[in-house]
Amino acid sequence: MKPKMMDKLGSFFAFFCALLSVLITIFILVFIFFKGIRTFTVDKISIFHFLFSANWNMENQNGQAGALAFLLGSISVSLLALLLSLPLSLGLSVFAAEISRKIGENFLQPVVEMFAGIPSVVYGWMGLSNLVPIIRKSFGGTGFSLLAGGIVLGIMIFPTITSISVDTLKALPRDLREASLALGATRWQTIKHVLLPAALPGILTGVVLGLARAFGEALAVQMVIGNSVRIPDSLINPVHTLTSILTMEMGNTTWGTLWNDALWSIALLLLMISLFFIGLIRFFAKRRVFR
Amino acid sequence: MSPRLEDKLATFLLYILAALAVMFLMAIIFILLNAGIRVININFLISPPKAFQSGGGVGPQIANSFMILFLTLIFTVPIGMGAGIYLSEYAKENAITAVLRLSIETLSSLPSVIIGLFGLLVFVTTFGWGFSMISGAMTLTVLNLPLMTRITEEALRDVKRDLREASLALGATRWQTITRVVMVSAIPRLITGIILASGRIFGEAAALIFTAGMTSPKLTPDNFFNILRPAETLAVHIWKVNAEGLAPDARRIADGSSALLIIIIIAFNFLARSLTKKLYKRLTGA
Repeated sequence: MKPKMMDKLGSFFAFFCALLSVLITIFILVFIFFKGIRTFTVDKISIFHFLFSANWNMENQNGQAGALAFLLGSISVSLLALLLSLPLSLGLSVFAAEISRKIGENFLQPVVEMFAGIPSVVYGWMGLSNLVPIIRKSFGGTGFSLLAGGIVLGIMIFPTITSISVDTLKALPRDLREASLALGATRWQTIKHVLLPAALPGILTGVVLGLARAFGEALAVQMVIGNSVRIPDSLINPVHTLTSILTMEMGNTTWGTLWNDALWSIALLLLMISLFFIGLIRFFAKRRVFR
Repeated sequence: MSPRLEDKLATFLLYILAALAVMFLMAIIFILLNAGIRVININFLISPPKAFQSGGGVGPQIANSFMILFLTLIFTVPIGMGAGIYLSEYAKENAITAVLRLSIETLSSLPSVIIGLFGLLVFVTTFGWGFSMISGAMTLTVLNLPLMTRITEEALRDVKRDLREASLALGATRWQTITRVVMVSAIPRLITGIILASGRIFGEAAALIFTAGMTSPKLTPDNFFNILRPAETLAVHIWKVNAEGLAPDARRIADGSSALLIIIIIAFNFLARSLTKKLYKRLTGA
């Protein structure tokens, strides 16, 4: 084939591949949207009931499709995960970027990267086999709990938040540090009053990415959280999340039933919350001054 | 407290915190490997699982994991590279490119369970492929396409302009320049990226339970390469033995499988690192 012809074909192929990603994204949004609204259009459940009732009962004819318990479960387990991992992440990233870059680059960052690569079922199994028994012994109950889910997710989002915070801190210009030190500030004062505020938009990007990951994580959470439909009221009680109900019940339901439709509506809710997180990430990413 | 004392104290606390965090992470790996290594033997690696009785292995699951990985790469690598080439070499800063980037960013941030449900809707049900290897591989392709695109785009962007200009000045077309000059000098980074993506594909479970299925037939030479058969992977198996609880020795199986997954993924990481170094040496003569 002539090089000119090949050149045209090549550029067309590259564009087609890029276009395919757009099409797939649109397909996902459209398909899940139309599948997810059937609860409201076909089964005539009100959106208000779906969002604000915790009554989820699919065993009998007049099914109740209230998803509030799952929504609150997802929110509380993700926030708990963030609460547990953010202080540690910040501390470790300040250490790796400001206190000792050598230890950071040669040791801490490779370790953190390795943890980002461990599959989520392995984290789930670690939680199920080690963490749940510890919680059972310490606090009573079954051990399957909001707390177990929060800890497992906290460990899982730790690498995400840490690596983005380290990158952001490292990208700050030297001038900032030098100006602050020249004014007589100690290293800690420089970190606290100059570097962390300057890195805030980047750190927030990492935080939202971590939250999004926690919110969308399915199997690891399902394995330790106990899967019981209830409004989260205590750290050591079992709860359900949007993702855990999907993984547990999607396989057992028949297409076209209210039960199945309601599960797709939960998928749609999860999708919309993920889109909200993506918007938030773009919002913070634009506000990053130093990269 | 004087600022100087506070500085010392903060530094000290950060050292402690870093040490504790690393020790904690290492302890997790140690506990998992320690529990799993004693389970792993030849019988565990090759024999099929058993329901209702102990002593089962994960042979078919390991084979399925590699088959799905291989199938996924066949689709992901060319399409992802094509998209990456477009973004790095052709895309102008205009509205179309902005839409492309927004879509890819969105796709990369969707939870894997959502991608799995999309796979259930499209590949399993609409296309009628059922719970099968191909449904699983296509779903994982969707899941990993954004990653492969980003890997390629970043690898190509790092290639020096001089190389492109020299090639174009010699009369090569743009496509010749991309395939014979730019891609070649980006090979080390592309290979690293592909291997790291492989680790992610190998460990994925949430997107597979409703697409590749949670069962595996007894593998024979006849059905091994049949892409329409169900193909439960190692990662899915860890989840299933705990969710179903049919095997009395679920704990042993999950311990062994988890350790195996960790070992394979760490091996992928080392392979990526050492291969990159070797390729870099060969290509640059450094």
